[in-house]
Amino acid sequence: MEISVTINGVTHTGDVEPRTLLVQYIREHVGLTGTNIGCDTSSCGACSLHLNGEAVKSCTVLAVQADGQEITTIEGLASEDGTLHPMQQAFQDNHGLQCGYCTPGMVMAATSLLKENPNPTEDEVRIGLEGNLCRCTGYHNIVQSVLAAAGK
Amino acid sequence: MIPAAFEYVRAGSADEAISLIAEHGDEAKFLAGGHSLLPLMKLRLAQPTVLVDIGRVTDLSYIRDAGDHVAIGALTRHMDIENSDLLQAEVPLLAHAAHHVGDPQVRHRGTLGGTIAHADPASDLPATTLALGATYVAQGPNGTREIAAGDFYQGFLTSALAADEMLTEIRVPKMQGAGWSFQKFNRRAQDWAIVGVAAWRRNGDSGVALVNMGDTPVLASSVTSALSGGASIEDAAEQAAAEASPQADLNASVEYRTHLAKVLVKRALTEASS
Repeated sequence: MEISVTINGVTHTGDVEPRTLLVQYIREHVGLTGTNIGCDTSSCGACSLHLNGEAVKSCTVLAVQADGQEITTIEGLASEDGTLHPMQQAFQDNHGLQCGYCTPGMVMAATSLLKENPNPTEDEVRIGLEGNLCRCTGYHNIVQSVLAAAGK
Repeated sequence: MIPAAFEYVRAGSADEAISLIAEHGDEAKFLAGGHSLLPLMKLRLAQPTVLVDIGRVTDLSYIRDAGDHVAIGALTRHMDIENSDLLQAEVPLLAHAAHHVGDPQVRHRGTLGGTIAHADPASDLPATTLALGATYVAQGPNGTREIAAGDFYQGFLTSALAADEMLTEIRVPKMQGAGWSFQKFNRRAQDWAIVGVAAWRRNGDSGVALVNMGDTPVLASSVTSALSGGASIEDAAEQAAAEASPQADLNASVEYRTHLAKVLVKRALTEASS
């Protein structure tokens, strides 16, 4: 089936099998490998990206469901001149990562969280990131990073 | 994990979706948010040959004041239920329970109609709407019919919906000042409940339903009968598992689940009475 998906402002048109997962489409067809595959069962959140501005787990969305929709991946957050998005900068400043595998998903979930709740408490950040697992268990600095990005 | 191959068709309206399902027969499935169906398909526990995507039937995404009840379109997402001012005011138990479904990413995709049609006894909102005495509306080739939540759940992942019917609306009675509580016991934040309880109380009236205590969501009628007969919360909660037939799994034995149900019903009734 032919689909047309706008990813980070660029429209990609191509033929996919209906069973193609969105994460597989973005990594293997479009070649954007910043979005990671972790558990592949919608538990870990490593594959989080924005579909029409909201965080979703792209291992549990079909590429055909994204036909005609707008997607932002981790590659689309920074400005064209390379200036990091404030959330990316906050993760760097607060060392909000250890191995880094969960980081793209964490950043995408965190930016979606701040869009819905721009002024979260620490508890709200922790609950808001419940769908993202860090197997280094580096949650403390991740939460600090999100609070810093929220201006706290 | 990639699902087995299937044909994909997209419906623009409920009428079109129902005629597409009729055309493709028993092996076709509706795809709404996909957060119950796609995981099953990736594990090959479900292998429909045709998916009828109803995710863009946007006229079935609404939350409306309908007098004595709130009418919710089947394609309304959990996140929209959680954030609805109308539901927070009129059916706060449902808005609150919706916040406990999965995680934000799941709630951005999953729909109320999808979780009810999937009929998973471990899901939060089938039991919550059961406790609230909701009515579900199904549309098929011969028109629409109403199904009481109490008649809907027939077995594990099995509902009263016919293969050619689609859930279109969920009608939830307004709570009119009732006290309420939603108790969800789990080990990891985003998990299904090991046991959950949705409960409300108003004067002599009450409703209690259990999550993950059998093949279907369970209406704890013995608890509500005991309460209307004047029993204390402690005594009523002892009846929590009277209608349940819980199973053992990695998380809990039958005895543990039965114990949890009593503890959580007691907590729920205490909170709903305060």
